[in-house]
Amino acid sequence: MTEEEKIKQELEEKFGCLKDKVVIKRERRIFADVPIEKFDEIFAFTVKQMHFDAISAITGMDSGDLFTVMYHLNKEGRIVLNLTISVNKNNPSIKSVIPYFASADIYEREITDLLGIQVEGLPAGNRYPLPDGWPTNEHPLRKDWKASQSKKEVRNALL
Amino acid sequence: MRYSKDVKIPIGPQHPALKEPESFLISLRGEKITAASVRLGYNHRGIEKACEERTYIQDLYLIERICGICSHSHSTCFVQAVEEIAGIEIPARARYVRTLIGELERIHSHLLWLGVAGHEIGFDTLLMYTWRDREIVMDILASTTGNRVNYGINTIGGVRRDINPQQNQQILEAVGILEDRTKYYISLATSESTLINRLSGVGLLSMEDAKQLGAVGPVARASGIARDVRKDDPYAAYADLDFKVITDSHCDVYGRTLVRMGELMQSYSIIRQIIQKIPGGPITVKSPRKIPVGEAVSRYEAPRGEDMHYVRANGTEKPDRVKVRAPTLANIQAVSKMLEDRYLADLPIVIAAIDPCFSCTDRTIAVNMSDGNKNTLTWQSLRLQSLQWYRDRGVDFTELNKKVMERFSTK
Repeated sequence: MTEEEKIKQELEEKFGCLKDKVVIKRERRIFADVPIEKFDEIFAFTVKQMHFDAISAITGMDSGDLFTVMYHLNKEGRIVLNLTISVNKNNPSIKSVIPYFASADIYEREITDLLGIQVEGLPAGNRYPLPDGWPTNEHPLRKDWKASQSKKEVRNALL
Repeated sequence: MRYSKDVKIPIGPQHPALKEPESFLISLRGEKITAASVRLGYNHRGIEKACEERTYIQDLYLIERICGICSHSHSTCFVQAVEEIAGIEIPARARYVRTLIGELERIHSHLLWLGVAGHEIGFDTLLMYTWRDREIVMDILASTTGNRVNYGINTIGGVRRDINPQQNQQILEAVGILEDRTKYYISLATSESTLINRLSGVGLLSMEDAKQLGAVGPVARASGIARDVRKDDPYAAYADLDFKVITDSHCDVYGRTLVRMGELMQSYSIIRQIIQKIPGGPITVKSPRKIPVGEAVSRYEAPRGEDMHYVRANGTEKPDRVKVRAPTLANIQAVSKMLEDRYLADLPIVIAAIDPCFSCTDRTIAVNMSDGNKNTLTWQSLRLQSLQWYRDRGVDFTELNKKVMERFSTK
């Protein structure tokens, strides 16, 4: 059994909700769909018990009816585990993973700015990457946001 | 003398010590930095959004322009993800050509860094020497790809240009000269006391902090973390090649210098192996215009560290999502830690030592002025905006501005 298969088995045995949700796409690439209500528990387990000790990035996506947030973790730089959660578009909110990885700070700010997903537990600080005067309700990575139809406030923010 | 109050100094967004726009707000007690906060985003150009509105092949050229130094890193990282989703196996020769250009790029990037580092510590002779030598590798890149930067060598399914035996010979000759030069720089860095003393103990980052703050590349390796995507998660031809992951335990700017110089030596060895082992055959396979539904995470060891791209395809000619995480974004978070309790005069070299690339890090929004309304700003309104910007951050230039204005008006 390969290391990837062991990881898949361990996750599926520990969490019933992950049965058939963990997919090994290729060598060193594992993807798992995680129910949002179980995310804290599963994330803590992968970091603390399974020793996924680094986070490469957090990707936020507009998937139509829902937002998708993907956490790209890796183990000693080798095996990449991508944990995906779906976030409701009404008052979208996720929990910060800064308690596990201090480096998640800037990735979470990026998701807040570009998609408008609130991050619970993200400390106050500079926004990233949009300019200071950028309206707080304009989120360019949402599929319905078009640069060509941007509002006057957006144009002013870029001056 | 006791200082009762911290003084706040803004460094940037435009500042002579910085090569690109970013903003650091530094709290000082005397000459010591007590706190530093970073504001990024000034180079955000909306490339991720723009990728969703263009075809894969257009995106490849756009992605290559994320950065002027590690352009091949981004283009390879992206194209690997697309090929993985489409299930394309590229020819072995193409894998070797990609690796060759990647290592030539690392050489030019590390030599460029060494020059910048020399400049930041007032050692401009080093800048002149290294940048002169860097021209050798730039010429090789230009003759093999057609361009000094933005090589345009990648395409979905392989590479666009082959290398011929005559070029192999030129590359080997260039590598020989550069190796001798690098040996000289290594002997300089290990014997020249001004250089050693200026860089040692500056910008300290312990192994624990480097891990916790997610540092990558030479910054992480100089803090003793033996991580390198080329070794840990091999791509292109790296699995067939023999090389060492260079680490150092100094945990400071001196260590980062030694790591990069050690990596130069490894790159020369890798290039010789490529020239020796490169298999024959085609350099490209046909690829579909529409990429099937799927997703992939691609990683690449850029000169500055781990570059990561995520691509999601929806079965059309255009991607559904392209995410780029450049190495500087991972490393910049460690800079505040490196500056803590250090002298203000160390700031330029500490920032330079992560080899920052903010164009990579920020990627923003281009706004199409669809109503044709072009806004113009007067010098005076720009001044007022700038004064207000700094005032919002607790730095008041009003009095200084008044004095400057009075002086100009009397002349």
